[in-house]
Amino acid sequence: MSLTINDVRRISDLARIDLSDANAEKLMVELNDILSMVEQIQSIDTTGVEPMPHPFGGAQRLREDEVTEHNRREENMQNAPDVMDGLFLVPKVIE
Amino acid sequence: MTDLTHSTVAELKKLLTAKEVSAKEVAQAYLDKIEKTSSLNAFLDVRPEVTLKEAEEADKKIRSGEASPLTGIPIAHKDIFVTLKWASTAASKMLENYMSPFDATVVERLQNAGFVCLGKTNCDEFAMGSTTANSAYGKTYNPWDANAVPGGSSGGSASCVAARIAPAATATDTGGSIRQPAAFCGVTGIKPTYGRPSRWGMIAFASSLDTAGIIAQSAEDCAIVLSEMIGFDKRDSTSIELPPEDLTVGLNAGVKGLRIGVPRAWIDKAEPGLRDAIYKALSVYESLGAVLVDIKLDKANLGVPVYYIIAPAEASSNLGRFDGVRYGHRAKDYNDLLDMIKKSRDEGFGPEPKRRILIGTYVLSHGYYDAYYIKAQQVRRLIAQEFDAIFKNECDVIAAPVSTDAAFRFDAKADPLSLYLSDLYTVPGSLAGLPGLSLPCGMSEGKLPYGLQLIAPKCEEGRLLGTAHAYQQATDWHKLVPAGY
Repeated sequence: MSLTINDVRRISDLARIDLSDANAEKLMVELNDILSMVEQIQSIDTTGVEPMPHPFGGAQRLREDEVTEHNRREENMQNAPDVMDGLFLVPKVIE
Repeated sequence: MTDLTHSTVAELKKLLTAKEVSAKEVAQAYLDKIEKTSSLNAFLDVRPEVTLKEAEEADKKIRSGEASPLTGIPIAHKDIFVTLKWASTAASKMLENYMSPFDATVVERLQNAGFVCLGKTNCDEFAMGSTTANSAYGKTYNPWDANAVPGGSSGGSASCVAARIAPAATATDTGGSIRQPAAFCGVTGIKPTYGRPSRWGMIAFASSLDTAGIIAQSAEDCAIVLSEMIGFDKRDSTSIELPPEDLTVGLNAGVKGLRIGVPRAWIDKAEPGLRDAIYKALSVYESLGAVLVDIKLDKANLGVPVYYIIAPAEASSNLGRFDGVRYGHRAKDYNDLLDMIKKSRDEGFGPEPKRRILIGTYVLSHGYYDAYYIKAQQVRRLIAQEFDAIFKNECDVIAAPVSTDAAFRFDAKADPLSLYLSDLYTVPGSLAGLPGLSLPCGMSEGKLPYGLQLIAPKCEEGRLLGTAHAYQQATDWHKLVPAGY
């Protein structure tokens, strides 16, 4: 099974990446090459094998529910493209 | 006095402790050389006044007797670690001029140990690649041959250590990004066990694989610096709960009786010159008392397909945070919020992160999740189990190539797939979370370094470094310096 140009558009839409027509064609070829390479794992028998999401398994450690970070609003916003009064600005969403 | 910049970390430590040189003199020597060798493009951000200020503070501590043993030794950081005083870009246009509000744990620990920071080294964008040509700020060159790639993604770190413009440089390894550039540049690099150094403040690529490590001139230097980097960090939820360890303790343990696993099928697949260099290195080990054991790696051959499902899947999730709202690049022209996000991501990401985000998005999407992502995680377990069984029953360390050849030319591998396939020897250990080390073991006819990879069981960095140190006590490959540096 290989990806069509429409598949590539759908995936890039899901990934929230704008895609030019020329780029979509090129990506379709590259993605299909990569997917046909990874396809080889389908022939491996993995019946009953527990998936391994992390090298050493186990549950992730939880921390105590207490304040560990101070409010550093200004420093944390210093790289934002557009701010006003300590808020991030985005194009108008609600009319 | 001979050129200071040719000193090892161990030698600088002696010179500084004996007060034969000041930290400022050392820092200045490296800063001068960084400027002189700027055509290598190994560094992305150098701020001499900040470095010199750190060096002056180090000298103050040395004078007042408050210094630690490593105070005043310079180090460079891969631009994947966030730093307060230098820009942190991940070599991406997405993070151009980004100033972090905090230091990564690794950066903070090395600073507390007394290291003076020289600046940030170039890499593949978001650490994705094996050439450093994927940097948005231009490729880094291999000091051995300007037409050859330095490897990647930590190409800047490997190149600057090889060119002796930093005595050591931090690096990160997700699928080979420390070991392969170290091999291509003729230096020593170690990727420790996943979870031993903290990931806090490392710009995330694939969180179940990303591991910080170090590139230096020798295993001894790697041991000195890595000892300061590892240790439990409560800010990293996958940090291993082990106390700090002095990895220099076992350096001289020798290799008598050490069982080295030899996957002949892997070694024989390498280019003949590299293959012979590896067998020669193995005979050095035999003469030092090690025992060679033939081993078969079977499931590990599935490393590349498994890796190129899992790593892009995690990358697509991690890189979702770049939306042009809180930080990062924002497009100039757009219609609405969604259009702004899509255009910002299109403009901010280079081709390789985009490819990986799209692959990852696809394998995680409805209807494909089980067939790709879960299946890959199952095969990942089979690979890890294979290593476990080999280390339990057959050998103490595995010796393998790092790559199929010495450094290739920038124009040699144009399509992404052939680059992905060249990761075959490094990704299996990454998937299993195992420590791996690369050390120089010869030179090709074209005068490019050959690398040998050593892989050890979980948390056996000491064994790995001791094994490499034994070889470096018996050979001089790690002492070669590229002409003109």
